[in-house]
Amino acid sequence: MIRRPLRPLARILRARAAGTDPAMIETAERRARVEVVRDRARLRAEGRLLLLAGAFFLAFGAVGGRMAVLAASEPQEPRAAATGSPIIGQRADITDRNGRVLATNFETHALYAQPPMMVDPAHATRELAAIFPELDADRLLRDFTGSRTFLWVRRTISPEQMQLVHDIGEPGLLFGPRDMRLYPNGAIAAHILGGASYGREGVDAAEVIGVAGVERFFDASLRDPANEGAPLTLSIDLTVQAAMEDVLAGGMALMNARGAAAIIMDVHTGEIMAMASLPDFDPNNRPAVLTTGDQSDSPLFNRALQGVYELGSVFKIFAIGQALDLGLINPSTMVDTSGPMTWGRFRISDFHNYGPELSAMDVIVKSSNIGTARVALQIGQARQRAFLDSLGFLVPTRLEMVEAATGVPLLPRDWSEISLLTISYGHGLSTSPLHLAAGYASMVNGGTLVTPTLLRQDQVAPGPRIISAQTSAQMRDMLRQVVVRGTASFAEVEGYEVGGKTGTADKPRPGGGYYDDRVIATFAGIFPASDPAYVIIVSLDEPVETSGAEPRRTAGWTAVPVAAEIIRRTAPLMGLRPVIEPAQTDGVIRASN
Amino acid sequence: MRGFLFVLSALGVMGLAFWAYHENYATQGALGQVRDLHAQIGDAHSRLRMLNAEWAYLNRPDRLRDLADLNFDRLGLLPMLPDAFGRVDQVAFPPAPLSQIIDPVDISFEAAPNGEEPL
Repeated sequence: MIRRPLRPLARILRARAAGTDPAMIETAERRARVEVVRDRARLRAEGRLLLLAGAFFLAFGAVGGRMAVLAASEPQEPRAAATGSPIIGQRADITDRNGRVLATNFETHALYAQPPMMVDPAHATRELAAIFPELDADRLLRDFTGSRTFLWVRRTISPEQMQLVHDIGEPGLLFGPRDMRLYPNGAIAAHILGGASYGREGVDAAEVIGVAGVERFFDASLRDPANEGAPLTLSIDLTVQAAMEDVLAGGMALMNARGAAAIIMDVHTGEIMAMASLPDFDPNNRPAVLTTGDQSDSPLFNRALQGVYELGSVFKIFAIGQALDLGLINPSTMVDTSGPMTWGRFRISDFHNYGPELSAMDVIVKSSNIGTARVALQIGQARQRAFLDSLGFLVPTRLEMVEAATGVPLLPRDWSEISLLTISYGHGLSTSPLHLAAGYASMVNGGTLVTPTLLRQDQVAPGPRIISAQTSAQMRDMLRQVVVRGTASFAEVEGYEVGGKTGTADKPRPGGGYYDDRVIATFAGIFPASDPAYVIIVSLDEPVETSGAEPRRTAGWTAVPVAAEIIRRTAPLMGLRPVIEPAQTDGVIRASN
Repeated sequence: MRGFLFVLSALGVMGLAFWAYHENYATQGALGQVRDLHAQIGDAHSRLRMLNAEWAYLNRPDRLRDLADLNFDRLGLLPMLPDAFGRVDQVAFPPAPLSQIIDPVDISFEAAPNGEEPL
């Protein structure tokens, strides 16, 4: 590199010759040099700034571009980070306490049509009408040839039907996959399960939603993918339920009843082992809700849970039990049963005349209305109401079914003295059979409150105490005596020490008053009475037993034999061993000749 | 020295790029495999559900009861009733074991001398 000298000799000499200051030349040269250095530095700095700006632009551009891409793209499951199995998006199964399937899903197809794509609508219509006889061919042809571009032909079809439709060869008939809810056991436990139907529907999938029963109550958790398809385990035992429904249906037919309900419940945990209401329905093909008339005539109506009835003498247990617990009486206290008893304009009488007095035990055994009413007078309204409230008789049960909230007990408007008397023997207060089951369980299990549940429980802490353990033992003894020598003698099942109480209540007329020849016959029982495991409620609607000279309607002749047969069939299934008295064995006789 | 470092880092970058490329395809392969497996699990799951549903349908109590009734002559099945329970002392003792064979008798032989078939 050629360096320019600060003091170029030629110019210095010229300057000297011209008489100017040669130092000026040096200064100018220095300045020129500094300017060159400065220009170069500026250029470099500008370049760096540009580079920096470029880098920032790129960086922010990348962030912005990525944001734009993310905002514009379809959301997608992160494949690599997906935890668990993405497969199980189906509605979870429902099983009984032993894992037997009560409700599951079944993959079928839906059939839909796109008329613009159809080649020969008339042929397709003819063929479809042959495959599905319930389709209206004229209407289908109108839809296929009209202006519609899309229509559902069938919600679910079987694989065989799908093949037949496929064989029509019509390109405008298309299939979409569908999950169908299947109840493999048909009508068994129909009221508990409820039923399911489709919610939002698309071509590729449809939502299966519960419409009643546990399906509706647990809808959210059954559909929750976080549960990964873990089945919902109910407390129901399918075998017991099937046997109970079988016997109950037979009993209902024999007793010429309009309807029937039965419940078997664990007295300690409150687990419902079986609950049935007849007539029932097939949840695979749930009937439509009645739009006219009385809903209680519909097979959808659950008599065990929604049907609130005056249940009659089965309630006497609560009045006597409370009086025993309060120490007002003991089982051998004599109670005045001379009648008829008049209270204001009201007359209370007994089925038979039981003489001037009976012991408290015999009031229950012989089912004396007058005796119970006299005991109730000692209790008083406030205490009676509080006691029934503590047993849960005044509010709907909290069973895990959507229908539970509709089983609202009917209470007297003002809990007057006459209400006190009538409620003591089961009139004036309408409750569901399930209320009664819970009440009986609480009375006999040692005296702690039982909350009925439909979910399998492994361990349940005892509820709050209702009556003392000693009173509970006395109640068990009384219930046993009712079967041994009282109104429920047909309930005796050898080996199972059945105890229980009958109740025959006249049905109220819609306009007021009571029918003379229509009753609700109820049996509330426990077995085995010495250490109860299960409580059973059987309730028949308008039963008539016609084997005798005159028709019999009392529970002892109608509900009790049915209940006994249910116990005989179901108790072994629940693993209860009969206590068998030692039989007379044919001993070997030594003989010699 | 500087030139060597440049070359070294350039080679490093190339190596890393190759590794990243490789990993990318390996990951995508693994993801594809996972997707296939999930699809297989899904298929197996739906098959299992179908079989469970069929099993439950074939074992529904109504059908079993009808079958028991139809085949009563052959099987003699009854509903389980209280008298089905027995006591321990009703169970027979197992039969005494056979006494030891001390004098074995040959009942077959390897080759019959006169060519007759062994029994």
